[in-house]
This record gives sequence, C-alpha cells and structure tokens, in this order.
Amino acid sequence: MWARWWMACRVGAIALLLLAPMVGAVLSGYQIETHWQRPLWLALAVTVGTFFCSWLLQHIGWFDRFGGRAASSTPAVTIGQSGPRPLWILLAMALAIALPFVVGKYGMSVAILALIYILLGLGLNIVVGLAGLLDLGFVAFYAVGAYTYALGYHYWQLSFWLALPLGALLAGLFGMVLGFPVLRLHGDYLAIVTLGFGEIIRLVLNNWVAVTGGPNGVSVVFPTLFGLEFNRRAKQGGTPIHEFFGISYSSDHRAIFLYFLLLAVVGLLIIMVIRLKRMPIGRAWEALRENEVACRSLGIHHVTVKLSAFGLGAMVGGIGGVFFAALQGFVNPSSFTFFESAYILAIVVLGGMGSTTGVIAAAMVLTVLPELLRDFSDYRVLSVGIAMVLMMVWRPRGLRQRRRPFFALPTAAEENRAAALVPGVDGR
Amino acid sequence: MTPLLTVRGLTIRFGGVTALNQVDFAVQPGSITALIGPNGAGKTTVFNCVTGFYRADGGTIRLHAGQQDEEGLNLLTLLGEPVRWRDCWQPQRLAERLYYQMFGGPHLVNRAGVARTFQNIRLFNELTVMENLLVAQHTQVDAALLSGLLRSRRFLAKEEAALQRATEWLRFFALHGEANRLAGELPYGHQRRLEMARALCTNPRLLCLDEPAAGLNPNETRLLSQLILTLRDQFQVTILLIEHDMGMVMEISDHLVVLDHGEVIARGTPEEIQQNPRVLAAYLGTGAG
Repeated sequence: MWARWWMACRVGAIALLLLAPMVGAVLSGYQIETHWQRPLWLALAVTVGTFFCSWLLQHIGWFDRFGGRAASSTPAVTIGQSGPRPLWILLAMALAIALPFVVGKYGMSVAILALIYILLGLGLNIVVGLAGLLDLGFVAFYAVGAYTYALGYHYWQLSFWLALPLGALLAGLFGMVLGFPVLRLHGDYLAIVTLGFGEIIRLVLNNWVAVTGGPNGVSVVFPTLFGLEFNRRAKQGGTPIHEFFGISYSSDHRAIFLYFLLLAVVGLLIIMVIRLKRMPIGRAWEALRENEVACRSLGIHHVTVKLSAFGLGAMVGGIGGVFFAALQGFVNPSSFTFFESAYILAIVVLGGMGSTTGVIAAAMVLTVLPELLRDFSDYRVLSVGIAMVLMMVWRPRGLRQRRRPFFALPTAAEENRAAALVPGVDGR
Repeated sequence: MTPLLTVRGLTIRFGGVTALNQVDFAVQPGSITALIGPNGAGKTTVFNCVTGFYRADGGTIRLHAGQQDEEGLNLLTLLGEPVRWRDCWQPQRLAERLYYQMFGGPHLVNRAGVARTFQNIRLFNELTVMENLLVAQHTQVDAALLSGLLRSRRFLAKEEAALQRATEWLRFFALHGEANRLAGELPYGHQRRLEMARALCTNPRLLCLDEPAAGLNPNETRLLSQLILTLRDQFQVTILLIEHDMGMVMEISDHLVVLDHGEVIARGTPEEIQQNPRVLAAYLGTGAG
C-alpha cells in the first residue's frame, strides 16, 4: 500500500515539474501571469489517479488480458457438437430472408458485398485455416472467376449460369496449377510465391489489352432468371421480369435476386464446409497442417491433399468472382489488387482460422463496419490493422474458438477387445 | 520360413559421410526384432530407409507381405528410382519408374504394410485423439469428395467402421477415456501409446517403433513391453524396434541386430549378443583400441 502511494507520489512530482511551466505560467498579452494552484491541483489529481489505476490493474482481472495471460488460461479449443444451436441458425436465416425488405437499395448492395466476402473468406479458410497453407494471392482466383464471366460473355455470349460452374472449374484449375510448384514450400516461402502468382494474374489482365481490354476493363451483362431479364426493356432477347409477372419495374429486383442467389450459394457452401471438416479429406487437411511427416507415414499422399485444398479453395474464390462481376456489371484489374488478398486474409485471421462461424462474423464486420463508418473511411485500413493487433493480444486464435467434433465411442466393441487386454494394463 | 522384411546391402551417404554401409538383416514374420547400437550408429537412418523417408543409395529392401511373388516387393521402387537410359527399351519399366517418381513416397510404403512411430513424437496436436486415429485410416475409409458431401450410405458405413476400429485400439492402449481430448494435451506416456495406436490403425504387417520407451518411467516401460508382446501374440503384428533400454530389449526381443558406425557388427538372440565381444567393445570401448 505504502509502496503504491510512494510510486503515485513520484509520478505526481514528475507531473508537477512538467505542468508547472505549462499550466502555471500563462501568457496574457505581454505579461506572464502565474497561477500556482493549477499545477498543484493537477498534480494531486495525477497522484490519486495513478494510485487508483494501479490498484485497479492489480485487482480487476480484466486488465490482465493486456498481459496476454488470457491466451493461456482459456482453453484454446473446445470439443463438442460443432456449430451453434439450431435456434440461432433459424434466427440468422429469418434475419437473412427478411433483410431485403428492411434495408434500402444501398443496404442491399452492402449486404451483397458482405455475402461475397463471406464466400471468399470461407474459400480462403479452406486453404489457410484448414490446410495451413498461407496463401497471399487468393485474389487471383477471384479475378479468374470474374474474368471468366466477363470475357466469356464478351466473346461467346456465355450466360451467367454457365459461367458459374465454368468460372469455378477454371479457378480450381488455376489453384492446382499454382499448387503444383509450391508443394514443397512452407510458411513464408509459400506466402511469397502465392503473392507473386496473384500479381502475375493481375498484371496479365492489365497488360494483355488485346484480349482483356486492359485497364479499360470489360462490361458484364446482368444475369437472367430462366430467360427473364432484370432490365426495363428486353435487351438480351428475353422478357423483362416485371412484364412477365405484371408488376411495375423496380431496379431493386436485381439486387433482391442477386442477394437470394448468393444467400443460397453461401448456405450451400456453409453446409459443405461443415461436412468437409468431418470428412476424410478435411481431416487430412488439418492433419497436414499439424504434421506433414506424420501424414506421409500414415499413407496419406501430401500432394493430392494439398492440391485438393488449393483447388477447392480456388473454386470458391472463382464463384465469388463470377458474382462480383455480375454485381458490378463491369470488371477491370484494379479490383484485384493485393489489398483484396490481404483483406480476405484479415477476415480469415480475425474470424479464427478454421472456424466457419468466426469467418462469417468477421466477413460481416469487416464489410459492414466500413460502410457504417463512412465518415472515417480514411482510417479504414488503420482500423483493420488496430483490430488485428488487438485480436492478437486478446484472442490470438480469432473471434471464435475452434471446435473439434465430439465422437461418442461405440459400445459394441467393448466385449471384443476388453478380453484382449493384458491383465493390469490400465495405465493409471 | 521367408522373412517378412529382407534388407540387403543397404547403403546411404550424406555428402561424404557413409551413414549406412552394406547393412544386411532380416525380420521374421511374427517376431520382435530390435535394432541396437551406440548413439549415431545409424539405427534411425535404417528406419527412415525402411519406411521410405530416406532414399537409399544402394541395396534392396524387400517386403514379403500379401500376394507378391517370391521376390517380394522392393520398397525402394516405391520411392521413385532414378530413370536410366536403358529403361527406354522397356517401356513398362520406364512408365513404372516415371509414375513412382511423380507419385511415389513414404505413403506407398505405409500402404504396402509398414507403419512407424517417431523418436520425437509426431502427433496431430490440435486434433482430438479420435481424429488422430481416423486420419490414420484415410486409405480405408471412403475419401471421395462427393460421397462424403452427400453422406452416402457407403461413406457412413465406412466412417462407422473406422470409428469402431479406432475405439478398439484405444481400448487396447487404455486410452478410451481420452478419445475426445486434444492429442497435444495428453501426458507424455499417453502420447507415446497414442502414436502406436495411430500407426496400428493403418493395419500394418510390420510396425517400426523408434525408441518407444524413451522418456517413460519403469512402470510404463514394463507396461509397454507387455503391450508389444500382446501385439505380436494376438494381433500377428511383426515388430522392428529401436531401443536404448537394454532391460526391455533383452526381455522381449527374439532377434537383435547391432549397428555401429553404419555397419552391422552382430546379429543373434539376446543371449548371443550379450556374450559377443564386438558388441561389448562397441558399447564400452576396448583397451586394445
């Protein structure tokens, strides 16, 4: 107690020394007036404040988190039935379905962007979170998907519905092409090569003017639904949707259509990712992340496992790209810079690598928050950076803890092997 | 009786150092064979060659498991031998070598029936104990993407069988109470046993244990000896082990191979080895030098 008072008094003395010339001597016109009470009061406040702050720091455990003690005291991984409760899922679904009727046109575009980032986050999560392969060039697959649709339409009148699987396949192919040379690389080296790959794709799109239109980009047509168009007048040889249903034209229809389509795709992807984690291939990814040598000693071919992670992750990125092109109506290489890769990676890291719910939450936060805080848009990147630093201090494993599936042991086998146990072999 | 594993003239060099020089030994099916020798004798190098992690510079490693011809399966071909000019006259051989160059590796050695544990435990620490064992059964379950995503009946049946098999091994190693704990948070002795259980989940004919008793207390070591004997007697698993605990080695092994400076200096039963003057010299040194 006295030690703390003594410490507080010393801090107060320093404050007095500093404050006396600053606050005590006030320039008024050409004369200096002295106010001796002011620095004294302030120094007293500093002394008492220091005492109480140090007392608080010691007695309230919450502050310990600054010391990183929380990282070791909370269990890193919980084991249990994976995923949130059904009630939460229903609530989230109801909210997602009601959203277009609540928010306006602007809100819809934000929601669609958020869904695209969820898609990308989940795709990159396969590569980085599950397989543990640090990929800094994920935007390349996003670009491949977007340009598949744009160029496909430009040259061959490829429809959105064909571009969707084709973009996914092409992006998956690019993912495997990238995966092959980097099979032997780990960590930093892998990150650098993937970073280079992302830039190569962007530079090719930028400079191959004859084919891609270079920086001028390519315009994209909005998708149709079973031949029904979302334009005021038919432009693509179909019927406008409002005429078909006999309702008045509204430009909101486009956004609502794209939103629900994306929602369905994201929903399917979530189910897929949850199942993947409980499938041999998903387990092999995580095992590879943990220990590659052990994997190989267990008959798992690391090449196919890595390539499947790269390929599947890239496919999801490609689907995201096709949707992005449809949303924007126009693609050019400036949408696919390294910053995008870093942003998607930030989503995965913030969400907690490998956690599906965490990634979804992080994607929503990182797309919706910048829109809400438009006034502070200059500080967007800075705030993401600060958020990352704070996360590393408080929750180094992401917003949400990773969950591991729980296995109930079968009981039928009990009799068989129990007899085989050597008497006395119990280990405890 | 044909041996399960025959190693002939195994040689490997790291730069100028000949780590193994003309190592010959055989492992009889259903036996416990121990590789012993002073530190740096090349025991673990032999293991890494047998399990496919090192590519030997010379010699053959033949495994006589399953329906192979009399010669057995040369494990070295699985690792991808260098393609030679004279292979051009034998397209089939060339194709085989190219295939193994591309897709060969230790995983094929494991699938041929050789499983191993590691001197420094290599578990999947962030996975649960059960998941560790399920990963080991990757080649036995339905790993196809679509059948898993659609939860086909075949997929579910295979998963169930894998779970069953894993549970049996967990019970055998008295780890069933910890099936849903993270492998990384188990006590050291349990981690050692889990690694053995994981290797056994791949259904090996030959189990290679690299210092299984390292870091165990005398009680745990005694338990381990019993487990290894049970494995051989009841599960017909042949065991090749490296061990420094001489008490345990002499007690359980049927056959000993003594390595020193990358060469085999003695082979035989525990009694023979204990009398062998070269072995004593290698371990204790000789005044005559």
